[in-house]
Amino acid sequence: MKILVAVKRVIDYNVKIRVKPDHSDVDLTNVKMAMNPFCEIAVEEAVRLKEKGVATEVVAVTVGPKAAQEQLRTALALGADRAIHVETDERVESLGAAKALAKVVEAEQPGLVILGKQAIDTDNNQTGQMLAALTGLPQGTFASEVAVEGDKLQVTREIDGGLQTIELTLPAIVTTDLRLNEPRYAKLPDIMKAKKKPMDVKSPSDLGVEVASKVKLLKVEPPAERQGGIKVGSVDELVDKLKNEAKVL
Amino acid sequence: MSILVLAEHHDGALAGATAHVVAAAQAIGDDIDVLVAGENVAAVAEAAAKLDGVAKVRLADHAAYAHLLAEPTAALIAELAGDYSHVLAAASTTGKNVLPRVAALKDVSQISEIIAVESPDTFKRPIYAGNAIATVQSEDALKVITVRPTGFDACPDRGSEGGSASVEAVEFVADNAQSTFIKEELAQSDRPELGAAKVVISGGRGMGNGENFTLLEGIADKLGAAIGASRAAVDAGFVPNDMQVGQTGKIVAPELYIAVGISGAIQHLAGMKDSKVIVAINKDEEAPIFQVADYCLVADLFEALPELESKL
Repeated sequence: MKILVAVKRVIDYNVKIRVKPDHSDVDLTNVKMAMNPFCEIAVEEAVRLKEKGVATEVVAVTVGPKAAQEQLRTALALGADRAIHVETDERVESLGAAKALAKVVEAEQPGLVILGKQAIDTDNNQTGQMLAALTGLPQGTFASEVAVEGDKLQVTREIDGGLQTIELTLPAIVTTDLRLNEPRYAKLPDIMKAKKKPMDVKSPSDLGVEVASKVKLLKVEPPAERQGGIKVGSVDELVDKLKNEAKVL
Repeated sequence: MSILVLAEHHDGALAGATAHVVAAAQAIGDDIDVLVAGENVAAVAEAAAKLDGVAKVRLADHAAYAHLLAEPTAALIAELAGDYSHVLAAASTTGKNVLPRVAALKDVSQISEIIAVESPDTFKRPIYAGNAIATVQSEDALKVITVRPTGFDACPDRGSEGGSASVEAVEFVADNAQSTFIKEELAQSDRPELGAAKVVISGGRGMGNGENFTLLEGIADKLGAAIGASRAAVDAGFVPNDMQVGQTGKIVAPELYIAVGISGAIQHLAGMKDSKVIVAINKDEEAPIFQVADYCLVADLFEALPELESKL
């Protein structure tokens, strides 16, 4: 079985973000970028399925600017066999990305597609579900466990209040939640080897899709700051303040 | 403007989040229908019909919609969406699972987790874990939107004199040979649900281990609070992930939030900083949680918690 795994280049999760002074967007100049953490989990799961003998090939794909090839190289260093870069400088959101990915699915015919549940920049949580709709495939979102059993896939999902297990026909689309696995770190020899693995570059027009977002970003502002609070000296004082000042007890 | 709201329900009862989503719909327009999909959900439809501002409830009561699996539920909503300018759902795991699939079936974008309505096509939503707020405008004819329930005050019930909206059955039954429900394992608890609780008390890595979370239980019982946790506590294996408050967990905004042994990573603050009153108990005076807390107690939690419980 071939597994297609989608990755996204985003701001490193440790970086404190700054809003541009003109409020047009978040300032990403000279900011450290990395693979979206949920995408790392997706790559890890695909590689583990290959190590278990369930998958025969892992193909990493991204939709984004030229620099996003760094994240594809990371996926290759982590164990993907080859990569596909759909290169665009447009501001792409979920629907455009899903349309490009759907064309890649059509061409590659994977048995399983794994994506992160959301990217930590736009926090949209949409692309996997949209890809499932566009390809007509079933979806197992927010997965904390996946098991391939013959031509079926069991997915345990993180839902409000607990866990849900569903069974999907293959091929299927899976999006990862935090507890699915703990991603490995790429080793130096693998990083060197990754440089020689094949990477296919296409444009959205090669695929016959438009990827530019139809949602206009009018303004980006920093959130309202909370006023710093007061220090209380004891539990008694805390209870007193909560009762008599905040009136929440 | 005509708006369809997907009702959220659990165990045959209408979930509180629905009233918040209807409130968001009221900020967009005044022609609001609620879709209740599920199996044996007539009681949910009756409750939804009592919500203020709801014109009509559309009831799709069929085994095909049991557990609201994404494939049939999205097909159902896409079938009905032609009658509406907006489709709204709570940004719950159900809404997040189903609505993007609806949007793609209709070839439109989705606006996720709105916290404010500026106009019928313009909305505010948090990005970068709530570290920035984006104002976005949708040019699509159909707007598909998930709503963060804490961003909108719940719409009221009509009251006993107010009557009910009409309930109309939906005949459409979606085919689904692709997905099957196997089982659900839900945490059993007498405490309120995290997202709906008026008081939340959360523990972090400072709790040391999972057993020490019992120190929070006595206080939670006295305050009628839900118990949450930071991602650090979940990652350390102290407690299950469904207790996680933060960017990657649940977003809460209770009247009172008590953070115990939580340093205050950005990812945690993103999930609780809209709480009305925040109390932080931490032995590290420099912990970033103190920058957002209203009341800061620098203390060893193993001494402070039993004392707090005894004094409530």
